[in-house]
Amino acid sequence: MNCIIIDDEATARAIVRQLCSKIPELDVIEEFDNAISAIKFLNQQNIDVIFLDIHMPGFSGVDFVQTLKEPPNIVLTTSDTNFAIAAYEYECIVDYLVKPITLDRFEKSIKKIWGLTTKQPKSIIESKQDSVEGDDLYINIDRRLVKLKLNEISVIEAKGDYIDVKTEKEEYRVHTTLKRIKEKLPEKLFLQIHRSYIINFTKIIDIEDNSVLIAKNVVPISRSNRPELMRRLNLL
Amino acid sequence: MIEQPNLNYVDELAGEDIEFRNQFITIIKDEFPLEKEEYHGHVSNKRIKATAEIVHKLKHKFNILGMENSYKLAVTYEMELLDGKNGSESKFNEVLETIEKYIKTI
Repeated sequence: MNCIIIDDEATARAIVRQLCSKIPELDVIEEFDNAISAIKFLNQQNIDVIFLDIHMPGFSGVDFVQTLKEPPNIVLTTSDTNFAIAAYEYECIVDYLVKPITLDRFEKSIKKIWGLTTKQPKSIIESKQDSVEGDDLYINIDRRLVKLKLNEISVIEAKGDYIDVKTEKEEYRVHTTLKRIKEKLPEKLFLQIHRSYIINFTKIIDIEDNSVLIAKNVVPISRSNRPELMRRLNLL
Repeated sequence: MIEQPNLNYVDELAGEDIEFRNQFITIIKDEFPLEKEEYHGHVSNKRIKATAEIVHKLKHKFNILGMENSYKLAVTYEMELLDGKNGSESKFNEVLETIEKYIKTI
C-alpha cells in the first residue's frame, strides 16, 4: 500500500513516517505540510491511504476531505477526538489516531485498512485471486511464478495462444490470452488500444497518427479503441 | 512543580534507529524556539486566535516530550483563549521555559 502524510508539523510527520517504516508493506510516497499541495499531488497520483491531520491552519483536514472526488482510505491523526468523531460521517475516513500515536495503535489501524481492502465486491476478488496481489502481477514462466510490478509493465502483446509481457528491462512469454490478463489489470493503468495490444498508458512517450510510442515499442491504435485512449489522456 | 520533559516516547518509536532519533531531535530543536517566539509575538500583540492556534501546535510537543500534565494545561489554556480568557498563561509560559532549557541538553 502506498500512502501520503499531511500534517503542518514536521515533528508529527516524522512520527507517522517512522511508524510507517515499521510496516514493510506500507510505502510513504510523499509528505505535505499543507492540504492544498496534497490536492495537486492527488490529481496526478493514486494513493491507497492518507494520514491526515485535521487541525491545520487555513485549510483544515475536513476541508480537504470535502474537496476529494474519489477519496482513498483516510486515517485522521489528531489530538482532538471530538473533531475526529465529527469527521466520521465521511465514508472514506476509516480510522483516527490520537496523538501521540503508539505503534500498537498504528498497527491496529493498518490491519483495519487491510480488512477493508479485502472486503471488495466478490467479483473483483475472484478476478484477482489467482495471480494479482495489490500492485503486483504473478506470471507463470516454466512452472515458476514470477512477480512483476504492475507499474513496470509497458506493453502486453497477444501472440496466438501466448502473450508477451514487456517491461522496460525484460520480456516474458506467458501461456494465456489477452482477454484473460486484461481482467486482472487495473483500469487506472492499462488500456487495450488494439485487439492484440494492451498498454500501460502512463508510459506513453508520444502518439503519432495511429500508433503509440511506449518505451521502445511502437504500438498500433485501432480505430475503435482510439476514442477511449483520447478520453483517458490529459489533453491540453 | 512543573514536570520534566523526556524522550521516552521518541526512544520507543526509534528503537535502534539512531538516525530517526537524531533527526527528530533536530526537528524539535529547530521548530520549538521558532514556535515559542511566534507564541510570545502573538501574546504581545494580543492576537488571541493566533495565540490559540500556536498553543494548539505547541501542546503536541508537550505530548511527544512525555509531559501529560502540561499537555492538559495547554488544552485548558487553548480553550480559555478561545473564550477570551488567559488564566493559564503564566503556567504555560513556565512549561515553555522548561522545554527550552531541556532541548539545550539533548
